[in-house]
Amino acid sequence: MTDVTLNITDREGVIHQVEAPTDMAMNLMEVIKGFELVPEGTIGTCGGMAMCASCQCYVTSNHELPEMEYDEEAMLAEAFHVEENSRLGCQINITPELDGLAVTLAPEEL
Amino acid sequence: MITTDIIIIGAGPTGLFTVFEAGLLKLKCHLIDALPQAGGQCAEIYPKKPIYDIPAFPEVLAGDLVDNLMEQIKPFEPGFTLGERADTIEKQDDGTFIVTTNKGTQHKAPVVAIAGGLGSFEPRKPPIANITDYEDKGVAYIIRDPEIYRNKKVVIAGGGDSALDWSIFLSDVAKEVTLVHRRNDFRGALDSVEKVAALAKQGKVNLITEAEVIDIQGNNTVESVTIKHKTEGEFTQKTDCFIPLFGLLPKLGPIANWGLEIEKNAIKVNNALDYQTNIEGIYAIGDVNTYPGKLKLILCGFHEATLMCQSAYKRINPGKKYVMKYTTVGGVAGFDGSMKVAKKEQVLNIKDL
Repeated sequence: MTDVTLNITDREGVIHQVEAPTDMAMNLMEVIKGFELVPEGTIGTCGGMAMCASCQCYVTSNHELPEMEYDEEAMLAEAFHVEENSRLGCQINITPELDGLAVTLAPEEL
Repeated sequence: MITTDIIIIGAGPTGLFTVFEAGLLKLKCHLIDALPQAGGQCAEIYPKKPIYDIPAFPEVLAGDLVDNLMEQIKPFEPGFTLGERADTIEKQDDGTFIVTTNKGTQHKAPVVAIAGGLGSFEPRKPPIANITDYEDKGVAYIIRDPEIYRNKKVVIAGGGDSALDWSIFLSDVAKEVTLVHRRNDFRGALDSVEKVAALAKQGKVNLITEAEVIDIQGNNTVESVTIKHKTEGEFTQKTDCFIPLFGLLPKLGPIANWGLEIEKNAIKVNNALDYQTNIEGIYAIGDVNTYPGKLKLILCGFHEATLMCQSAYKRINPGKKYVMKYTTVGGVAGFDGSMKVAKKEQVLNIKDL
């Protein structure tokens, strides 16, 4: 298995290029948490159950992402700062197809 | 004033299990939680979700885990202050603490165990710039007394069960109910969705979907809101009240100002010893604490609670000897007079046969 390169823009607008493994069943929220791109406690509040929107991000590259499941769709219907390209990071598994993916984290809910 | 041996802040799994471990040491506990029911996140966020890493439970639903803990601690008769948030703590000259809630309920004990998880659950506030100016002046995030909406014009925002249920309920109370939701579909229970649709047809609920409330106007109190529709643009709606119902979000809250050392949104503790914070007598256990190598797991919270209670015992009973006893050996003697004990083997003397 190989790593993929992800371009993640944090909440301050800083772009981070990170190498994420595709063989550890990780999702995008966990990658952001693992690389500590945002302060601890401000992402992945529900632990990855699509039950909060703390990992909301905007997908800015043209990658074909897996379709949203009901939970993610429902959460985004209630979340704030939602745009057409909003996704929940915890629902995006890191797969080889995501190489080069670019996302921007949505603002933190206060 | 409620007095006890250990004040536990947070009634999640870690807080609940603390009652058991304390009970074995004859220490009484009182729990405070901002939510109206015990169980913390397990009960509030994911009661129907399975957990697979509780030792000896290959699979257990979060809600069942809470029910089992409540059953396990029952003999130790814990007290509960629910629906109130622990706001302040004061150390007395005699070394005891007084914890006061946002509703003024006071609790006194020589030991405080903060088992606050991710913090207390607060309503999620929509990002409307001036919304805080109108709180309690027409804006409410929780409906406590529906009567205050009698004959008022009400705008509710949200697409979950509480937005639907309150729209249904208030349609009989308020003068006018408008429900604003960003999508065309609702995530609530099917019969609530059908009921709202029916009320909308009858003209009893003014249903505006694919829209958001983006602004509030009014001289001191709410007089109108601006609603932005996906295709029809912005318009103003006259209303007396605006009730955004977008669920809850955990916040560390007032605990952050108690003089405790905070790191990474969590309370630093001494994990080499007893999970005590920088203030002697205040412990932090479970997801709310941090130390090198910390893992936010329920099973780690149980372990931390167990060690913390040993330290609490020494603080409360200085100099008094105690040696840990297995429950299989010592049984469980409840404060309610109940006694659980391992059955003795039947012994028959060969001569009696």
